Amino acid sequence: MARAVSPRRRMFTTIAAWSVALIIFFPVLWMILTSFKTEASAVASPPELFSADWTVENYVEVWSRSDYPRFFWNSVVISLGSTLLGLAIAIPAAWAMAFVPGRRTKDLLMWMLSTKMMPAVAVMIPLYLLFLRLGLIDTRIGLVLALMLMNLPIIVWMLYTYFKEIPGEILEAARMDGASLPKEILYVLTPIALPGIASTLLLNVILAWNEAFWTIVLTTTKAAPLSAFIASFSAPQGLFYAKLSAASTLAIAPILILGWFSQKQLVRGLTFGAVK
Amino acid sequence: MGKITLKHVNKSFGDVAVIPDINLSIEDGEFVVFVGPSGCGKSTLLRLIAGLEDVTSGQIDIDGTDATYLPPAKRGLAMVFQSYALYPHMTVRKNIAFPLKMAGLPEDEQEKKVQNAARILNLTNYLDRRPGQLSGGQRQRVAIGRAIVREPAAFLFDEPLSNLDAALRVTMRQEITELHQSLKTTMIYVTHDQVEAMTMADKIVVLNAGNIEQVGSPLELYHRPANLFVAGFIGSPKMNLIAGAAAQAQGATTIGVRPEHLDITDSGPWRGVVGLTEHLGSDTFLKVTLDSGEALTVRAGGEVALRHGDRIALAPQAGKIHRFDADGKAMA
Repeated sequence: MARAVSPRRRMFTTIAAWSVALIIFFPVLWMILTSFKTEASAVASPPELFSADWTVENYVEVWSRSDYPRFFWNSVVISLGSTLLGLAIAIPAAWAMAFVPGRRTKDLLMWMLSTKMMPAVAVMIPLYLLFLRLGLIDTRIGLVLALMLMNLPIIVWMLYTYFKEIPGEILEAARMDGASLPKEILYVLTPIALPGIASTLLLNVILAWNEAFWTIVLTTTKAAPLSAFIASFSAPQGLFYAKLSAASTLAIAPILILGWFSQKQLVRGLTFGAVK
Repeated sequence: MGKITLKHVNKSFGDVAVIPDINLSIEDGEFVVFVGPSGCGKSTLLRLIAGLEDVTSGQIDIDGTDATYLPPAKRGLAMVFQSYALYPHMTVRKNIAFPLKMAGLPEDEQEKKVQNAARILNLTNYLDRRPGQLSGGQRQRVAIGRAIVREPAAFLFDEPLSNLDAALRVTMRQEITELHQSLKTTMIYVTHDQVEAMTMADKIVVLNAGNIEQVGSPLELYHRPANLFVAGFIGSPKMNLIAGAAAQAQGATTIGVRPEHLDITDSGPWRGVVGLTEHLGSDTFLKVTLDSGEALTVRAGGEVALRHGDRIALAPQAGKIHRFDADGKAMA
């Protein structure tokens, strides 16, 4: 039964929710506002939220000084590529863990997840040397592989959670109906788990898009994505906050728009199975 | 053809033998019901036949061919699951056609077979709906339709009616029985409901703790139960089982009398007090506590005037007493 909520309590909850949302969004808002300021007003003390001299000069300069479309395209290829490759590996893995669990399946999942807790810097040297030997430094395929490996535990874990919600009898029925394992996954499991797969895809595209450690360490110019594009605006003479903000706004804009339009799917996917 | 033979079939999960050792022969065209209490291994046995579980040892022959290690799809069997197990993202048409698509049948042939199955099961008007838009009974029909189109050697039903309400269960029970009569294909049906077993089966296999207690026709099991377990399990209400002096007087350790084989008569040897009375209209079931302490169920006519607390005397009908020895086995 739904619990009655008093108007006062509802108002308090609304104010609290908006406050939290504003606190989280404030740095992004600050960045966007700064990107339209002059360098002088960007570093003014005391800081000013709104500037008197609005300008789009920073965007013009950032655009003319660098090859934004190339960085953008690299980001698209790397984030989508790593996610799709990750899904291709994770779907059969999650299938096996969800429907043919062994005695150590839970331990295996925990171990996979624990690798995410390892500081990336701990494997930086071995991975860098390995990539150097394999000729993968500053290549898109190298970054696709690296980011896929970084996000694979999360993809497997998320898919495992979704697959566990699917009754095993449906897959057994497919087996009785003559479906081979690839057909069972293609025709039955994947379409049923599509909402879960879609939200996994979205979340991992966002994670890969925002990744800044490996993308900077493993690239120089050719395969550099938008995270490296932002970093390239930190000059030896110091930081130019307004230009840096313009570059950052340009870098996050595509993923922000994607996130905005897919937020329903993301929330649905992330809470899938939480409430029956 | 659909003759299925189980030879020394054993299934263990770790150290636990769920099916210790089963031998069973199911003839072509028979309607066989596996019945037993929860956890007796009846569903596991069905899944072993289907190939959804591997046997630990033993052999399963289907139509004379060793099918023990064949994958489910190669056994020529079709299964209807308790949860229907329909593909929720497909329409009824696609659900029914799925096994045909997997078999690589041309689309026009698939459609012909789907239409035929839909006609038999009254699903023609629902072919473009999804399972979520159907009632429980319609979903069950789709599951049966998906099984029919494969033209299997045998149908396997795993408690297919348990999710339906009582009225629909009776209707579907009759539909499945009629389907068997028209298709004449072997059917193996798992249930814990002995009424379903009695009304549908040509042959009932009573299972207990992974062992077969008795195999026989419904009336054979009803009239000549091989042991106390079958006597207590088959029949509703249950057979009255009495130990002590009354049994010893018959030269047995335990005797059993069905509720309809007890007469209410002043000269009856067993005296007691009427407790609960259940009026079903056609019958009245009386719970009687004997002076010796045993509780019996008695079936009387629909218009019985007895009430709670009335004293009565009961007499078992001649030749209707089942005698069991100390091991619980039926005595001749």
